[in-house]
Amino acid sequence: MSPLFLLLLACSTDFEHPERAFAEAPASDAPLHPVTIHAPPTLGAVDAVGTDIHGTPLAVSCDTCHGGSDPLAAANANPEEMHGDLVLNHGPISCESCHSKDRLGLHLADGTELEFGDAMQLCGQCHGPQKRDYDKGSHGGMTGYWDLRQGPRERNHCLDCHGAHAPQIKPVKPAAPPIDRGRVQGEEH
Amino acid sequence: MESSTRRTALKALGATLGAAAFARALAPIASASEDLSMAEVLQRHYKQLSPDEMKAVLQRLEDETWEQYGAVVDIDDTRPLPDTAFGYALNLSVCIGCRKCAEACHVENNHDRPSNQSYIRVLEIDNGTVDLAFSTNDYDHAVPQKQKYYMPVQCHQCDNPPCVDVCPVEATWKESDGIVVIDYNWCIGCRYCEAACPYHARRFNWTKPEIPAEEINPDQSYLSNRIRPQGVMEKCTFCLHRTRKGKMPACLEACPTGSRVFGNMLDPNSEIRWVLENKRVFILKEDLGTQPRFFYFFDE
Repeated sequence: MSPLFLLLLACSTDFEHPERAFAEAPASDAPLHPVTIHAPPTLGAVDAVGTDIHGTPLAVSCDTCHGGSDPLAAANANPEEMHGDLVLNHGPISCESCHSKDRLGLHLADGTELEFGDAMQLCGQCHGPQKRDYDKGSHGGMTGYWDLRQGPRERNHCLDCHGAHAPQIKPVKPAAPPIDRGRVQGEEH
Repeated sequence: MESSTRRTALKALGATLGAAAFARALAPIASASEDLSMAEVLQRHYKQLSPDEMKAVLQRLEDETWEQYGAVVDIDDTRPLPDTAFGYALNLSVCIGCRKCAEACHVENNHDRPSNQSYIRVLEIDNGTVDLAFSTNDYDHAVPQKQKYYMPVQCHQCDNPPCVDVCPVEATWKESDGIVVIDYNWCIGCRYCEAACPYHARRFNWTKPEIPAEEINPDQSYLSNRIRPQGVMEKCTFCLHRTRKGKMPACLEACPTGSRVFGNMLDPNSEIRWVLENKRVFILKEDLGTQPRFFYFFDE
């Protein structure tokens, strides 16, 4: 090769150093890490009035009243009064659409009993498209790895974002906007 | 005899002028600030660096970050994974415009604190239109507003990127996994790419970025989130320092509504493939022929 050619080669940025072309990929048959679903703090608790010193809404665990040897004794006494602070804004459904009357747990529309930990099945029986999208990974936040060969993933539970009793997401204050050079705030562009 | 003296004098004059011109030409280097070292001036293009040269460059950049910012950082040369083509989709039906993605980007990518920049702009648009001319990105009221929807815009990692075409020095290019990157040390700051991008995805570092040492994200990569010098362009890299190691981008993890879907489009079982095959996705400014790898969709 002529020196001129070598010089041209050295100047061209098309030349990619072969030793730095790719990262080492995990094996295609590497075992996959698990996808877990986050356990929301609101599961098995009801909202109470007010917030704690950190601004987190207060919640009362179901066990506060429904623990002990006879979990339903308290509830059966006067359920409407005891759950008076609880706002139910969830379409035309009633308490017993989801909650079992004779046991501390949930039930599907066909009567199949559910534990609190399986509450997402309950959501899915009415919100089919959302459940489908969730199962396919296009609804609901997540953290971790897109490549499960390299690490695990944790998905949000329905109740991480939607309250069970009033599922509509409330308006939030957005994070601060960027400060663009030479731009007047509120101006359309 | 006389002409010989004259010739000698002219030679001496020429040599003096030549030396003066040479000194003058090198003056910018000699008088350069501490931010610009001789090693940086002589550094070769990213693609041409051998593994040993790259190692030395990364060490120098880590040292400079310590000297200039007082932070100990780890800068890698994160190369693409083979058989990977990244794609990103965003569900406009569930985005509420909270800017958590932009905030996460600001932190993850070591953006300048005073200007609160990030690689994402969230546009607030009236329902019934996609006319970006009537959108705003600096709203500061509770979201979501009635009769509005929200469209976060970041680099679309186009397959036909106008920003790459216009760069006069080949400081920006598209990598094998689809990510359009910048060699911040090769960029001359002409801003042609910023003008060429129809998505306003590229930013210029007008000032030297200011970040307190304790806020600097130490997990850095040469082509992505290392602190950029003043006077060069910067852009979203789909967090390649994370995604090339299998992790989700920071903006996706921060999204409280799950509007964002990221993955390898070459994997038929990936979430992004399901979205592309089953949702009615669209791309922004399709008529420009930029062929983005960033897709939007509404739930039916």
